[in-house]
Parts: sequence; structure tokens; C-alpha cells
Amino acid sequence: MMNPKPKWTELTFACIIPEPGNSVEYKTGDWKTLAPVVDKKRCIKCGTCYIFCPEYAYEKDEYGYFNPNYDYCKGCGICAVECPASCITMEEEVKE
Amino acid sequence: MAKRVGMEVSIAIAEAARQANVDVVSAYPITPQTHIVEHLASLVADGELDAEYITVESEHTAMSACVGAAAAGARVFTSTSSQGLALMHEILYLAPSLRTPVVMALANRALSGPISIWNDHSDVMGQRDTGWISIFANNGQEAYDLTLMAFKIGEHPDVLLPVMVNFDGFILTHVIEPLYMFEDEELEGYLPPFEYKYKLDTDNPMTLGPVGLPDVYTEAKKQQDVAIRNSRKVIDEVLKEFGENFGRKYNPIEHYKSDDADIILLTQGSVTEAAEVAVDALREQGKKVGIVELRLWRPFPFQDLIDALVNAKCVVVLDRCISFGGQAGPVLSEVRSALYHEPKRPMVVGCVAGLGGRDISLENYIEMFEIGENFLKTGKEPEIVKIVGLRE
Repeated sequence: MMNPKPKWTELTFACIIPEPGNSVEYKTGDWKTLAPVVDKKRCIKCGTCYIFCPEYAYEKDEYGYFNPNYDYCKGCGICAVECPASCITMEEEVKE
Repeated sequence: MAKRVGMEVSIAIAEAARQANVDVVSAYPITPQTHIVEHLASLVADGELDAEYITVESEHTAMSACVGAAAAGARVFTSTSSQGLALMHEILYLAPSLRTPVVMALANRALSGPISIWNDHSDVMGQRDTGWISIFANNGQEAYDLTLMAFKIGEHPDVLLPVMVNFDGFILTHVIEPLYMFEDEELEGYLPPFEYKYKLDTDNPMTLGPVGLPDVYTEAKKQQDVAIRNSRKVIDEVLKEFGENFGRKYNPIEHYKSDDADIILLTQGSVTEAAEVAVDALREQGKKVGIVELRLWRPFPFQDLIDALVNAKCVVVLDRCISFGGQAGPVLSEVRSALYHEPKRPMVVGCVAGLGGRDISLENYIEMFEIGENFLKTGKEPEIVKIVGLRE
């Protein structure tokens, strides 16, 4: 991986990212203020949240539930709006 | 052998793009550039040029298509003027920052308003800081030659930057000029196929044009600035090699009787040759006057300009564009500041003329030298924006 604070002489030509797929190394989860919380008692496992998530942050688990990966979820709330079972609520990540 | 032909300069420029064997042309017609892209569209439609001609709904899209095509490794040409260049503004920054060597023929024209289709340099000056290599032709032959050289400069592995060739709208574009056109065979090998090391390629995926967070943006801009400054070495080589091979010599700074001149008029573009007539007339009266032409606009040829000007007593900078509320024009402010640190430097005064197609007469050029004479005599600068040829 490239030095995260490169000198200008160390930067790749024209800021090209020569290595494909390395955006997974860049965790954007700390951008959010509200995090989606899935109530699995009401979840119908339809995958709407997974389809709509602009960050591909939902992952399917072994029981068929879709869970947000908080390392990448930016907290946009689209999943909570789109969920047909209304089982996703946006909650403060840090409760005081 | 190169034939001397009578040809409309626009057609000659389009022919230069054909002879460069461009892969992609994307452009939107605008006066006075239209004949260039019209001719290229015919060449492609008639099968005389094996290229993609991407028709678009605006110059913004034309430049976007050009940047994309160049990133995919194509040799790319476009042409525009005035409002068209202004509409490209946003994408103009992308070509150099993504290091895509697009070549643009820019038929210089005034900007609205009032609406003007005629020549001045407001369009190119508005895009001064977009990061393009920018060079001026002062006749049709030069526009043709420089268009060919632009590909060689821009695509050089040590450069990889876009190049705009400036030539005055109507004054050059619509004139039938006797010029030497190369036979296609003569140019064989002059422009090797463009092999872009960093091209977009699905077999070797990479990201071009990513977001630059505050952690890297500054470094990216530094890298870009160094790239255009370093391009000067290749520009010099290409100009020199062209002179050696084909006999027509080009320099970043051109001179006309300026070596012993007390007063130098600094010009860009087609006014240079016209002003030479005034120099000859004044020389006959025993006045030591001359011309220095700032051919290379970006990267700015600091040392060449200093060398050309330091022995004069006064330099009169002719701007073809007003910098509203600032110094007379952008060329004046650049020339003045380039000389600022010189222990021995000429006085520098500016004037504006030839806006929106206003002809500059012989008397006007003589008046410009008189501005220099008066400035030397009185030491008093005229009003900040001295417009020569203004009715008042």
C-alpha cells in the first residue's frame, strides 16, 4: 500500500491508482453520525437494504439476514427509508 | 518535396490533424473555427482519415470526450473559439491534471458581451491557469507547423500534457495564404504512434481521476506544476528538430530588430508581423525600435524573456485583452513581474488594442512606440488602461 502521506515525488503519475479494488482499505465508517440498526424479529430477509445501499455495506450472514458493515456504512439512511418491513432504524452510534 | 499551395488556413490546420493521423476528433462548431472541424468531418466521412469523429451537443462534452479518448490511448484533436473555450473551462483543468495530451487548435476570438465573433485574445487569457501548454502562431504557416509539433510535444513521455495552438480568428483562419504543406511521405516517422503507458485498459485495471483528499491534493498540484515547467526541455527540442529537418525555425521568444532597440513592442500572434512594418518605418527615421514576440505563453519562458528585454530602455506590452480593474492586460502583468527581480530592467508600460476585431493600423503601432518614448521622456505612466485606437 502507498504511503498515506506521500511527498509529491512519491505520488503516482497523475494520481493514478494502479491497484484495482483497493478502496476496501479505505474505511469510511467514521463519517456517520447515525447508524442503521436492524430489528431481526421483523426482518423479512428481502435484501432491499443490500440492493439500495450505495456503499455495498450490507453483507448477508449464514441465516440469510443482511447486516450493515459499520466500517463502511456512512450512515446515509437510505436502507431505513427503503426497508419494506420498517425494521431498520437510524440510531446514534454513541449513546451518552 | 513540400509544395507551396494557396490554402485557407483553417483547412491547412485540419490537414495537419489528418497528417498527424489522429484517432479521435471531438469538437463543436463555432465561428471562426468551424471550417477546421467541418473539414475534418468530411475527411472522416469520405474515408480519407481513419478516425472517430464524435459529434457532441456542446464544447463541454467535446472536451470531456477528448479527455476520455486520450486516457484510452488515442491521439486526440479538437478545435474551438471564444464562448466554446469558455464552456470547456471546467474540463480544461482535467486534461493536464489527468495528463492526457489533447491537442487543441484555438482560433482566438473575443468573448461576450457585447457579442463578438471577431478576433482578440480574451478567450485564451481566461484559460491561462488551466495548465495547458499554450503557444502562439502569427501566420498560417506557423499555425500548420505548430499543430503538427503540438502532438509531438504533448505526447512526449516526459510531457504528457495537453497543448493549445493559438492563431487569430478570421485574420488567419479565413485567409487563403501561400504555405508549404508537407507531402504525407515527408512526415513519415515524424509522429510515431502514440503509446500511452498509463492508458485505461480493462486487462490492466486502474483508477484515473480519483478524489484527492486534503492529504494528497497539494502534492498532486505540485507534481502537475513541475510537469509543465519540465515540458520546456521537450518544447525546445521539438522546435529545434523541426527547424533542422524542415528549415522553418521556431523559438519560444521571437525577435525583430530588437537587439539594439531602445523601445521594444511586445506582441503575441498575428499582430507581430503587422507591427514589423511600423518598426521598419520608424527605423528609417533613425529610431531604435524593435519587437519581441512572446510565442510560448505556457510554460512562461522567463529567462528567454529577460534576456530579450533587459538591454532595452522601455518595453511596451500590447495586450489583446483587458484585465478589468487590474493592470491593463494579463500579458503586461506577467511581463512586468517577470522582470521585477532584475537589477537592470527596462521600464514597462502597457497598452490594449485590437479588441473584438478592431483593426490595428500602422498609425496605431507607431502610437504604441510613442507611448514608450513619452514614458521614457516623462517617466510618467499613462492612464492604467491605455487603449490604442479608442474613440475619445
